Amino acid sequence: MNLDFSPEDLAFKAEVRAFIAENYPAHLRDVQDEGEELGKEDFLAWHRILAKKGWVNPAWPTEYGGPGWTSVQRYIWSEECALADTVPILPFGINMVGPVIYTFGTPEQKAKFLPPTLTGDIWWCQGYSEPGAGSDLANLRTKAVRDGDHYIVNGQKTWTTMAQHADWGFFLVRTDPDAKAQEGISFLLIDMKSPGITVRPIITLGGEHEVNEVWLENVRVPVENRIFHENKGWTCAKFLLAHERSGIAGVARSKRGVDRIKSIARTESQDGQPLIKDSFFKRKIAELEIDLLALEYTELRTLAAENAGKGPGPESSLLKVKGTEIQQRITELALEAAGHYGMPYFRGFGEAGHNALAIGPDYAHRTAPTYFNVRKTSIYGGSNEIQRNIISKMVLGL
Amino acid sequence: MDFNFTDEQNMLRDTVAKFVQQQYDFDTRRAIVKSEAGWRPDYWKVMAEELGILGAPFSEDQGGLGGGPVDNMIVMEEFGKGLVIEPYLGTVVIGGGFLKHGGGAQAGDLIASIIGGEATFAFAYAEPQGRYNLADLTTTATKDGAGYSINGRKAVVVGAPWASHLIVTTRTAGGQRDRAGVTVFVVPADAAGITRRDYPTVDGLRASEIQFDNVKVGADAVIGTVDQGLDLVELVTDEAIAALCAEAVGAMRKIHETTIDYARQRKQFGVPISSFQVLQHRMVDMFMNVEQSVSMTYMATLKLDESNVERTKAVSAAKVQIGKACRFVGQAAIQIHGGMGMTDELAVGHYFKRATMIEGLFGSVDHHLRRYETFSLGDAA
Ligand SMILES: Cc1cc2nc3c(=O)[nH]c(=O)nc-3n(C[C@H](O)[C@H](O)[C@H](O)COP(=O)(O)OP(=O)(O)OC[C@H]3O[C@@H](n4cnc5c(N)ncnc54)[C@H](O)[C@@H]3O)c2cc1C
Repeated sequence: MNLDFSPEDLAFKAEVRAFIAENYPAHLRDVQDEGEELGKEDFLAWHRILAKKGWVNPAWPTEYGGPGWTSVQRYIWSEECALADTVPILPFGINMVGPVIYTFGTPEQKAKFLPPTLTGDIWWCQGYSEPGAGSDLANLRTKAVRDGDHYIVNGQKTWTTMAQHADWGFFLVRTDPDAKAQEGISFLLIDMKSPGITVRPIITLGGEHEVNEVWLENVRVPVENRIFHENKGWTCAKFLLAHERSGIAGVARSKRGVDRIKSIARTESQDGQPLIKDSFFKRKIAELEIDLLALEYTELRTLAAENAGKGPGPESSLLKVKGTEIQQRITELALEAAGHYGMPYFRGFGEAGHNALAIGPDYAHRTAPTYFNVRKTSIYGGSNEIQRNIISKMVLGL
Repeated sequence: MDFNFTDEQNMLRDTVAKFVQQQYDFDTRRAIVKSEAGWRPDYWKVMAEELGILGAPFSEDQGGLGGGPVDNMIVMEEFGKGLVIEPYLGTVVIGGGFLKHGGGAQAGDLIASIIGGEATFAFAYAEPQGRYNLADLTTTATKDGAGYSINGRKAVVVGAPWASHLIVTTRTAGGQRDRAGVTVFVVPADAAGITRRDYPTVDGLRASEIQFDNVKVGADAVIGTVDQGLDLVELVTDEAIAALCAEAVGAMRKIHETTIDYARQRKQFGVPISSFQVLQHRMVDMFMNVEQSVSMTYMATLKLDESNVERTKAVSAAKVQIGKACRFVGQAAIQIHGGMGMTDELAVGHYFKRATMIEGLFGSVDHHLRRYETFSLGDAA
């Protein structure tokens, strides 16, 4: 047992830190500092820089363009990205459909889809959930009926994140209506510009447009865009869920979040003293840090097991539950720290000529909408209730 | 011991409840929030003239209905169920409270115009540096001829864009956080020297940053005693907190009901999600939170006229309970609604947002825990 990084790992850390410092676009920093919602180009700017360097897809095997990092190096990488507060790489292509394609796809599919996924030329969205199929995903109803060398797809998906920007989507559809729930599902790649697709915004609590309804009406999809066998899409879906969950702990980003709270609490005043001197508030930060430490070392143990060749197992549900609870706790404390200035609603302000009466400190502006928005993390990616069910069944055998 | 309401109080509740049900459905509220004005002055007139509720807590001598804090509680709870935006809290509870307890040359006329629906009030007490400390004031009022000149800056003044009058806390003597040296003024919102920046709040209200530059008021603008205003500020703020707790109770009841309905209807895995025991227990915990909040709201409301120490303990205890409950009940509701809870479309998210803001209004859980400790265990005990 040993908690130290090797000299090679330390050298790696220095290398990636220097790379981020030299290459992270200054204009993104400005957008982030102003707390604005990120647009498509904002996400892609950093993605493209990393793709060029060959670092956008840390977990991919080298034969598909991955950098060949060890899991410790991947850990260091995500840690450094979080420290530098870089724009996150959207998971849909890199963490989700990419691994499905290189694991289950044909050589043609790999050649067609993997390179543009890496470069960011394909923006992916995930078409799984439906109005009637949330936690019970296998209850999905969207239908694909074979018509020569095409499927004709009809149905409705919902909660589709960033579908408004997407070039392609990966969809779960029912190809055998008579089979048992998890049988009879296929995994299709669908061009979002296909006739018959309508994307409608769903506005969420903080006022953001992040998710959408996606309606499919007689959408023709070439059979060659099906990944793996017909009616065996659930195998891909399950594989993908495991990938989705690894890294979901978000330890590095949460550390950064705790730092942000500390910095707010150093600035915010209470009775003429910085809030951080308040024994109640200080204790809450300490508790949060300790929770985060417990999560970090649990994740490191999981990583070590992964390095020893065990794939991410049902234990990753623990990381998801604890990781999201901590993310939510961070937003609670940020909102508490902001005091009165958590209340103003900052969307669409910013008219000129009002600088004389600034509305509180910048760090307060998005605390409430962020708090509202981050409630999603215990709902999506398999809700925290579902994760506990998984642990209960798969780990404890109850 | 009597937890029953009088016939008049039951009638008051019915009147307000009917108004909220019939004229303040969720779509109406959404339209109000999106409108340019941000509130419905015509509804305010209805409340004054048809419902006659704006006089509820004022004595008959003052032209009111002869009620008190319990009547405020009833109105606020029913308003909470409909997320009513119109400024009953700012005007009747706070504006009215200052005028009732503090008096002053203008009190009689102003109370009459509150009851008549002509005057609306906003409470300009918070300052950017002051957090929840009511005495932390850098806004000053200095003697100027027969009157005063007010200078300074107030933060997040809820309801200010709609207000005809502002209640302004100022420092007239002493150091920045001294108990002594606080004076309260009533100031017309359009007085020369006032600059406002208006904005929406996350829970659908409107508020302002307000700058006072040499705002001149007469000696008759003082409410209460010069330099000795803090006791009055604390009393009225406590009354406001009790009323706010009642609003929270109304909102939480609605959140709880809505969640139970949703869980009964929503099916996953072939069964209503209400059949999952983990969700049942969460809804039971919500229920217990709501019931304890009701109890604490009653307790605090009934102790508003006791000694300073008793009142402070009761109100801070209630605010701690309500703050925690608002968080638990709100978060549980969103979680049980799943993705639907995250949408702007469903009402439940809007109740959650209001409940979240109530947590912090007039002091967070930490603030009131500390205040309770001081009075129950500390120097003041
Ligand atoms: C912001 C956001 C982004 C999303 N992005 C995407 C996306 O890009 N693509 C996509 O396909 N989906 C996406 N989703 C959908 C997400 O995966 C679902 O919301 C999630 O699966 C939950 O489903 P549901 O919303 O229908 O809730 P429901 O399944 O109806 O659940 C409601 C409540 O019941 C509980 N519950 C359900 N079953 C059980 C059980 N057996 N035991 C105990 N409790 C249970 C849940 O935990 C929850 O609290 C997104 C969701 C959100 C909120």
